[in-house]
Amino acid sequence: MAELTYRDAVARGIAQEMRRDERVVLLGEDVAAAGGVFKATVGLLEEFGPRRVRDTPISEQAIIGAAMGAAMTGMRPIAEIMFSDFFAVCWDLVANQIAKSRYMTNGQVSFPLVIRSANGAGLRFGAQHSQSVENWLMAVPGIKVVVPATPRDVIGLMAAAVRDPDPVVVLEEKALYPTKQDVPDGEIVDELGKALVLRTGGDATLIALGNMVPRALAAAERLATSGVDCSVIDVRSLVPLDTTTLLGEAAKSGRVFTVEENPRLCGWGAEVSSIISEEIFFELDGPVVRITTPHVPLPAADALEDLTVPSVDRIVDTVYKAMSS
Amino acid sequence: MPTETLDQTTRLAMFRLLVDIRFFETRAYDLFMQNLVKGTSHLSLGQEAIAAAFGAAMRSDDYTFATYRGHAHTLARGVPMTPVLAELLGRKNGLMAGKGGSMHLTSAEHGMMGSYAIVGAHLPIACGAAWSAQYRGTEQVAVCFFGDGTTNIGSFHEAVNLAAVWKLPVVFVCENNVYMEYTAIADVTAVARPAADRAAAYGLEPIVVDGNDPDAVYAVAVAALARAREGKGPSLIEALTYRHGGHSRADPGKYRPQAEVDAWMARDPMITYRARLLADGVAEAELVDIEREALAAVDEATEQAKSGPVPSEDLVMKDVWADGGASWRN
Repeated sequence: MAELTYRDAVARGIAQEMRRDERVVLLGEDVAAAGGVFKATVGLLEEFGPRRVRDTPISEQAIIGAAMGAAMTGMRPIAEIMFSDFFAVCWDLVANQIAKSRYMTNGQVSFPLVIRSANGAGLRFGAQHSQSVENWLMAVPGIKVVVPATPRDVIGLMAAAVRDPDPVVVLEEKALYPTKQDVPDGEIVDELGKALVLRTGGDATLIALGNMVPRALAAAERLATSGVDCSVIDVRSLVPLDTTTLLGEAAKSGRVFTVEENPRLCGWGAEVSSIISEEIFFELDGPVVRITTPHVPLPAADALEDLTVPSVDRIVDTVYKAMSS
Repeated sequence: MPTETLDQTTRLAMFRLLVDIRFFETRAYDLFMQNLVKGTSHLSLGQEAIAAAFGAAMRSDDYTFATYRGHAHTLARGVPMTPVLAELLGRKNGLMAGKGGSMHLTSAEHGMMGSYAIVGAHLPIACGAAWSAQYRGTEQVAVCFFGDGTTNIGSFHEAVNLAAVWKLPVVFVCENNVYMEYTAIADVTAVARPAADRAAAYGLEPIVVDGNDPDAVYAVAVAALARAREGKGPSLIEALTYRHGGHSRADPGKYRPQAEVDAWMARDPMITYRARLLADGVAEAELVDIEREALAAVDEATEQAKSGPVPSEDLVMKDVWADGGASWRN
């Protein structure tokens, strides 16, 4: 057991898989010599050398295309897109090529690759370096999407992503990079498509993802002091989605709140809300309530960014008001 | 071109591919006119020599990456005509059981790694396959065919730069057929030679070849493939050619001046290469036999494709994922 930051967990998770499998390689802008702009890949060049850990030009299409071509010819590449907003400049490769080619070719080719990317707000970088894009990705058939919320899960989900035979996007929550946790020594491997019940409480169910998970937990602690006892679910994997756990926990309380950092329209919570409403409507004691970032680009100023992304205060207020009405 | 360096077997193999592709594409056009092929199609009529020469020059485990104008490159890798034609007709005996269509022909077992329908997308993907070959030490080469229009999209520049920096075993082949789609490439490009004049920007030699001359294309192909296998990095080849028809099914190509069309039709690779082989002493009967065999193969493929079953309903929910299914939840 050792205390590990979310940032260091990224390098540990990648190293775990690179030691195990020679086919695993890492490519991206500044990932090698610089150790990544978020210092999340420090030490990998030193351990694995420039053949397996490669700096690229600022060429997102080349990065993702190279990962795709390598994956379809026997490699297991991990590509970094520095900020998840930059998926927009290589979206053809992600949404048209990687996602569709297995299906179009009647299963002739596989794409066992990982794209990891720093996602979301918290660092006051403004609208083009702060958006949560998980809803872009989950809207594309053929792409799996996971969002770890803890250092331990960074390792476990990274390993699951690398070992998966399909393309998986791992969104690293940039606000969580400095967070710490005691993490067991040795190999950690999770399964894609498993949500975690982090807290149990019979009054309401908070369903959260990534950077919103610690906020939902903090909100649940405060709500408990006001007599509202909440469960907190960490979704972890949007595709595949663990609807068994989500529906089961939603049914227990009958009051469901999603806590989402993505902009409101077509956020992941809309799909979760739809599934819950369709499938366990008569178990519910009220409408599913979505707590989201409003449908705006993110402002840069700290005061404004804090007003935009769901805060602990907003979660507490929204849940409390809904439960009191 | 010193044709004596090319053995007659190779030249006849190229002629066979040339004829196969010509007859296949002509039949594909006819089937479109009969409304048996749905959707769209982009034919290589007039451009066959490039595919034929590379098909003859490549190693069987090399990788081909092509565009939506990819029937020729698929056939050139040895993929039989029947599954290709059946794919165009949307039949279950198609190359991808009807799930891909004309623009996405793929046969991984033949090294045909896909036809890509978004302009420019496959250049970086070819880089990835080349990187993989380099990493695994297999001396395989990725050959990436694209049109002149591709030289103006960003991924072209990203891919050629990356290939040069990483010394990747990839051969980029620009099939310059004069027109991007409906617009002349010269009208929308800052340089006269859309690929060759960009080569210097990536530290590469400008290579221009007569794309209607199989012997000439074969020679540059052999050199580029050898360079890639020797670890000396990528090549960027501009092959000058002309499509006999429009850009796609919907385009009659009326924007082309008649004198230009006539001049290029006189350089039809089928006519000129046939004449050259005869002049070099190949018996007329041998060429006629090749043509007869090719036509018989196209006829057979047409029958097999037409009589192929409609794809079954289960295919809709198959093969999104490697487990064969399409499930996104438990």
